[in-house]
Amino acid sequence: MTRDTIMVLKEQDVVPFRNRVKEYAVKIKMGLVNQTKLITAASELVRNMLRYGNGGEAIIEVISKGPYTGIRLTFKDEGPGIADIPKAMQDGFSTGKSLGLGLPGTNRLVNEFDIKSELGIGTTVTIIKWANG
Amino acid sequence: MFINIIKTLKNNKGEILELWMKNQLADSVLTEELISHQELRKQSEELVNALVNNLNENNINDSQSPDFDQVTELLGGISISRARLGFSPRETGSFILSLKEALLEILKQESSNVKELFEETLKLSRLLDNFTILTFETFIKGREELIMRQTDEITDISTPVIKVWDGILALPIIGTLDSARTQVVMENLLQEIVKTGSGIAILDISGVPTVDSLVAQNLLKAVSATRLMGADCIISGIRPEIAQTIVHLGIDLSQVITKATLASALQYAFKSLRLEVRKTASEPTGINK
Repeated sequence: MTRDTIMVLKEQDVVPFRNRVKEYAVKIKMGLVNQTKLITAASELVRNMLRYGNGGEAIIEVISKGPYTGIRLTFKDEGPGIADIPKAMQDGFSTGKSLGLGLPGTNRLVNEFDIKSELGIGTTVTIIKWANG
Repeated sequence: MFINIIKTLKNNKGEILELWMKNQLADSVLTEELISHQELRKQSEELVNALVNNLNENNINDSQSPDFDQVTELLGGISISRARLGFSPRETGSFILSLKEALLEILKQESSNVKELFEETLKLSRLLDNFTILTFETFIKGREELIMRQTDEITDISTPVIKVWDGILALPIIGTLDSARTQVVMENLLQEIVKTGSGIAILDISGVPTVDSLVAQNLLKAVSATRLMGADCIISGIRPEIAQTIVHLGIDLSQVITKATLASALQYAFKSLRLEVRKTASEPTGINK
């Protein structure tokens, strides 16, 4: 169990996906606070993907770098893409009617955050959380 | 040679039923637990009659033909009831598949011409395969209805509004607070506020596993709605790890009174209603006193 791909296409897929992430986090002995942060970040991104990208796929991987183990989550959608990434990363900016904290908040919850988006092609977000980072 | 096969089937209705029953009962998965043999026989007989009586040379190639309305209706009813009774898909599927075997067996007995037999078999197979697909579709629909009903029930069960004291309502939220859930929670809460004339509502989120920005937004909506009704709202059950996550996420809950436990929320509520809970001077002597 080091890699898993899960399709997220409707709201009912969110909770099973989160539980899956939790299983992985428990397996690599991630602390409770980091677990909660990772799961919350995963929840934000998966909801974004559903709301703005019409769903997509999420990949869960266990990775290690030197002495550290962690979890990398990749979210790929084929939605409309994000026109202005720096703006989307600002607190309180939302094209929907949400709080506008999804992307910037997720960025603060994880150790590494990467977002790539092309208009008309889709968006890919990758995050890494180390077990004790 | 169509007439041949149809006539054969019509003349051998009784035998078909016997063979079919034998096939079904030989299938050891089918126990008397879920359905009695009499009941099964009745269902089978009805279906054989409906099928064979309505079969003619024109509709054997067309399972959608209105002639088969009676068959599809029967099949639909049987598979839906089986889905509800908890039959497995295999049991439901083998019901109609074993009929096919019985029909083919009869054909085999009647005809010795291999080519003819093959062609007739093919036609009959196609027809019955379509009925099998129909059975599965209905079976799954029955299961889905069951799931939908359970989902509704869960939503109802998990949003009770409890009157903990005169003027104080508590609402333990369990599970994820998605948009549909928020709607139910809010409706129940607001109605109960009006009904009991309560001034304070405590939303306890101990049972919410993850508080992301959507959940927070929904909570804030519930709080503002409560305020519009003239009641105060306290959010309790914020665990340490959730508190840290909320801060990092950047959610502003400073406008809301929050407490770590339901007990401290209740204490706060008592204080604001100028109530006091304290030990009495003397030991109570009995439960009746």
